[in-house]
Amino acid sequence: MVSFLRFFINGISLGSVYAIIALGYTMVYGIAKMLNFAHGDVIMVGAYIAFCAMQYLGLPPIVAVLCAMVVCTLLGIVIEGLAYRPLRQATKLAVLITAIGVSYLLQNTALLIWSSNPKVFPSVFNVGAIRLFDGNLVISSETILTIVANIVIMIALTLFTGKTKMGKAMRAVSEDKGAAELMGINVNRTISVTFAIGSALAAIAGVLLCSSYPTLQPTTGSMPGIKAFTAAVFGGIGSIPGAMIGGLLLGIIEILGKAYISTELGDALVFAVLIIVLLFKPAGLLGKPMREKV
Amino acid sequence: MKLKKSTINNIISYGIVIVTFIICQMMISSGSMTRSLKGQMVPICVYIVMAVSLNLVVGISGELSLGHAGFMSVGAFSGIIGAAWLRSVLGVENEILRLVLSMIIGGAFAAIFGVLIGIPVLRLRGDYLAIVTLAFGEIIRNVLNCLYFSLDGNHLRISFNNPNIPGTILVNGPNGAKDVDKIATFPVGFVLILFTLFMVLNLINSRSGRAIMATRDNRIAAEAMGINVTKYKMMAFVTAAALAGMAGALYGLNFSTVAASKFKFDTSILVLVFVVLGGIGNIWGSIIAAALLTVLPELLRAFADYRMLVYAIVLILVMLATNNPFIRSLFDRLIHRRKPATQRGGASE
Repeated sequence: MVSFLRFFINGISLGSVYAIIALGYTMVYGIAKMLNFAHGDVIMVGAYIAFCAMQYLGLPPIVAVLCAMVVCTLLGIVIEGLAYRPLRQATKLAVLITAIGVSYLLQNTALLIWSSNPKVFPSVFNVGAIRLFDGNLVISSETILTIVANIVIMIALTLFTGKTKMGKAMRAVSEDKGAAELMGINVNRTISVTFAIGSALAAIAGVLLCSSYPTLQPTTGSMPGIKAFTAAVFGGIGSIPGAMIGGLLLGIIEILGKAYISTELGDALVFAVLIIVLLFKPAGLLGKPMREKV
Repeated sequence: MKLKKSTINNIISYGIVIVTFIICQMMISSGSMTRSLKGQMVPICVYIVMAVSLNLVVGISGELSLGHAGFMSVGAFSGIIGAAWLRSVLGVENEILRLVLSMIIGGAFAAIFGVLIGIPVLRLRGDYLAIVTLAFGEIIRNVLNCLYFSLDGNHLRISFNNPNIPGTILVNGPNGAKDVDKIATFPVGFVLILFTLFMVLNLINSRSGRAIMATRDNRIAAEAMGINVTKYKMMAFVTAAALAGMAGALYGLNFSTVAASKFKFDTSILVLVFVVLGGIGNIWGSIIAAALLTVLPELLRAFADYRMLVYAIVLILVMLATNNPFIRSLFDRLIHRRKPATQRGGASE
């Protein structure tokens, strides 16, 4: 029972990281209708920036995270402006391939700058742990921080998209780009802001991911990126609460599957659950069903 | 006798492929081809077949598939096991016969997987379909990582997650297949390309092919015309899977060790890049793009560490350039095609 609780909490922690990454995916998809495959690599860049800020510049962790967020935000805006904006009218597949190109570009630039040797990410937020059941169940401070960060981000984003003017603009653009433009909304700027927010979240996710799983490589971001994308689809792509639920469920399924079924098959299990969910709910758990017009 | 226009076009296609093959063979026998390029000949054949078969799904049938490497891995491993089984149990010693039979085995297994995966996948649409094919590709790779095969006398033994099985081990879980007979040859690869072209071109120019393209262009209208959408989408999907399986078997039998990690998501993406750069729905484009882009990393060896970076930049720039309205109109004016751009289709609406 105690071991089950331990796995469950680890699952929530990993799921929270997936959820934060998935939020970036889902917002970008909702507004630009594109699969941003480079998102996973922005996570990796964020983690490297934080790592360098702490290791070489000796900055405190909070400042390092802020640095990472600033760099990733700028990166997100630059990527969107240079690579995706010229393709606004292009076919979906063209944008997808460009996103893959950007992903290769980020990975290989990181490979040249930081080499392929894995870096050991310092344990940033280790300020003790909670011990329950006579020390059988240890919840590390990283775990708690990840979960808290996830909840805070979720609430902040819901308020942002619901209450602010920019949030309203985002929802309008995701509903109907043409009509939004007619209402005087600057569509390009709104999409840039979405990319900026998604990339800043990716930086946070990168630091949180690497403080729980401390090996940092140029390919660190790709698998969590794919899984977070799966999480976003699982919850219904385009939906913010959906990304959160999808991420958490995916994390829990992965950790419990690895613990009780097979370490090798943890990932396969995650994808199998995704397929089963999509068969019964083709638009994901919270997604709106697609209407087809003749 | 008057031949149909499509027949003449097909004959020209086969002719060009045959001439290219003869030139390559002459270069190999005269020794004017570098060693590394010679080693690339079979992979080039494999990737051409992969690209053409994926183009059948993405370009002709209009569904974005991100898990094509999964079928390749099924074909590779069943082909490797089949080759070993054929030699030790049935006593087939002739290498070419064994290779061809293994490729048929690989194609058959991949086709079975294509049917199994196609049933759930083809119920979905658009990006959801894409993510599910991705998921299936990853599941196949993960499961293959847990499978162990051995040949114990005349029995083929399979075990799950348990490496201790009697007999000579053929596939060793995450380490993959070892000591594979390298029986793949360039001429057989070339025949596979011809076979693929024959299958795909005939399918496209048939009644079924037109039905497949009709469902791509407008699903609802096609359904209203009485076309069984699922059946035709399935036909394209399974044909592509079988061809990918045959290519996989050829690929597997070209190296002495093959691990499941070779058939990652990246491999599926690589083939998709061939298809998109070659032109979606354009079979010739796929062939040329696959051949050039398989050789390109070799040619970029001079750039050493920078070659993947260059590859990424080239990829982005090509996508930006081909989608730039100004450059597009420039090209259209240059080429002066009689056919307008309406022939283009694909998984993009």
